[in-house]
Amino acid sequence: MARWPGGIAAGLVLALTLGTLAAVIWRAGFALRLGPADLSAIWFTTWQAALSACVSVVLAMPVARALARRRFFGRGALVTLLGAPFILPVVVAVIGLIGVFGRGGLLNDALGLAGLGPVSVYGWHGVVLAHVFFNLPLAVRLILQGWIAIPAERFRLAASLGAPVGRLLEGPMLRAVVPGAFAVIFLICLTSFAVALTLGGGPRATTVELAIYQSLRFDFDLGRAAVLAMVQFGLCAAAALMVRTAGAPEALGAGLDRVVERFEPGGQLRDAVAIALATLFLMGPLAMIVARGAPGLFDLPDGVWAAALRSISVALGATVLTLALALALVLRGGGLAQLSMLLPLAASSLVMGTGLFVVLYPLVSPRDVALVVTGWVNAAMALPFAARVLAPAVAQAEAAHGRLATSLGLAGWARLRWLLLPRLRRPLGFAAGLTAALSMGDLGVIALFAGDGEATLPLLMVRLMSAYRMEQAAGVALVLLGLSLALFWIFDRGGRVDAAA
Amino acid sequence: MLRLEGLEIRQGEFGLSADWALEDGAVCAVMGPSGGGKSTLLATIAGFLAPGAGRVLWDGRDLTPLLPAARPISILFQDNNLFPHLTVERNLALGLDPRGRLDAERRRAIGEVLERVGLDGMGARRPAALSGGQQSRAALARVLLMDRALVLLDEPFAALGPGLRAEMLDLAREVLAGEGRTLLMVSHAPEDAARIASHIVLVDAGVAAAPEAAAPLLADPPPALRVYLGR
Repeated sequence: MARWPGGIAAGLVLALTLGTLAAVIWRAGFALRLGPADLSAIWFTTWQAALSACVSVVLAMPVARALARRRFFGRGALVTLLGAPFILPVVVAVIGLIGVFGRGGLLNDALGLAGLGPVSVYGWHGVVLAHVFFNLPLAVRLILQGWIAIPAERFRLAASLGAPVGRLLEGPMLRAVVPGAFAVIFLICLTSFAVALTLGGGPRATTVELAIYQSLRFDFDLGRAAVLAMVQFGLCAAAALMVRTAGAPEALGAGLDRVVERFEPGGQLRDAVAIALATLFLMGPLAMIVARGAPGLFDLPDGVWAAALRSISVALGATVLTLALALALVLRGGGLAQLSMLLPLAASSLVMGTGLFVVLYPLVSPRDVALVVTGWVNAAMALPFAARVLAPAVAQAEAAHGRLATSLGLAGWARLRWLLLPRLRRPLGFAAGLTAALSMGDLGVIALFAGDGEATLPLLMVRLMSAYRMEQAAGVALVLLGLSLALFWIFDRGGRVDAAA
Repeated sequence: MLRLEGLEIRQGEFGLSADWALEDGAVCAVMGPSGGGKSTLLATIAGFLAPGAGRVLWDGRDLTPLLPAARPISILFQDNNLFPHLTVERNLALGLDPRGRLDAERRRAIGEVLERVGLDGMGARRPAALSGGQQSRAALARVLLMDRALVLLDEPFAALGPGLRAEMLDLAREVLAGEGRTLLMVSHAPEDAARIASHIVLVDAGVAAAPEAAAPLLADPPPALRVYLGR
């Protein structure tokens, strides 16, 4: 394949990640000063991410173990559901969590009946709760993958020897898988913005990303934002190294439907409790999104459909960009492409957006390009996931059919058209669905620069929430959820339909 | 005429050398123990591997710097000889033109070769809708359509049962070799070689020996071949 498309894509990604940071520094002048508020944001970001990852992984172990060895009605649906939080818009999930754990939520109603005081969902524990809600399912999937990867013969061998399965097989597997799961979730929680914006805040629950937002939005202090962005880059790069060292587990793969053969009796009750609690914890907020949102559907605010149209346009634009970038980078391969596929994981989307505005400011008004900039930033942020989906599929297509294509002289566009694109339909559809859903639910750059007339659905929700119009916000949440799932489904389906063997 | 001139192939510890010529129109079986380098030899001739030294020549022309598709060679691999996502007709069209364009003239030509290999009217099917034998026929049809002077068969029929394999080899000899093409085929089964080969190249101990006439060689095998054949 020609290497120039990948070169252009790598250039674009480098410009979007490092270039935008440079632009912010250039505009602000760089001086490494960290005030007390900055230090506390850094401290909070680190320990909440560590705590969230720790809780997620510890709670995930019994659930994964139960799922690995029990076959029950609805197991497939539950495993599918475990993949859902990845494409669930953060602000929508927050509505559900408030419905369960917030004031007037299910938990406080129950506590009130028992005569116990109300608990608040706002603050550091709310941030951790939301992160566990998002990442417990991921942790379960990662660890379940580990369990299922143990060959059935080993369990049979252990059983025939009468050897303890836990110490012989499961312990080593967990020691191999858990650090990777922890590192991935730690990295995800480091970059938290929307959760901190809606549930955190204040001196004791502000993440670095939120601090960047505040310094840009309220103080327009580019210098501080740039310093914080550097810190954020450093933190994420360190975490990314951790992921590499721990051995990044495969999260997006399928094939979780196998059940491990077990020969020792007992443990049914423990497994049932683990599965029931996990299901309740996941389904509760999801059910509340629907329960709270349904009445709100009859009282949707003005402009919801215009916002929906903007969200969909941004999502579709970001999807096209991400697929083009990811495909170009994957086909190019090599160190530069690898770096470009990972860099966005460490970048701050807010700084990315700000850098673009700094560059564009002399030419156009920020409001005029708020949606375009959001689309580009979303495309960059989704790139690592899309590339991760596409890379193995490209390798597989080349391994199976590359020589045939070469012997027939299929090169460049012909190879793309006759070999790669047809073989990549399913992963392309899946990656497109992921990107579209991530972009639909994204709340970041848009919150910084959009005027009244440029709100996307997540931004509209946040505005309603900060005006305490929770019912309307819940209605919009349901609309956003429906549209995100619909986009995901259409793309993913489109990749599967008529995809010949 | 195929000529391997001082060919040296290196892959890590593995090495293979060949220095011989094969006359036009020969049907030559490449035999020898597993891991001896039979497929490697074919891959080098086809242009998938660059030799460490030496040249591959066809009618005096140096093929070594040419890409696989630019060589007067077509090759069938052990498997994946058809793109599973394309119809048989489209698969064959790619043999005529990498851009895959189809016009009335090409459709007619494709229809003709399909008829010759016994797949009349199956052009619209995808490979998954064909039996194993039919897939082999479709792959042969493409080789026929490409009409290259040298055909390399890297055990494309190995997954078929013995009867079907013999049938395919007969078909290959009849439609391919019958028109003056040179055939070089990797073979594990001495009965295959006895059935269609005019020559045999023995690949063993890092050397691909010069082709020898098949019948006398099989009747009175040298020690290396005797060991391989288990006689």
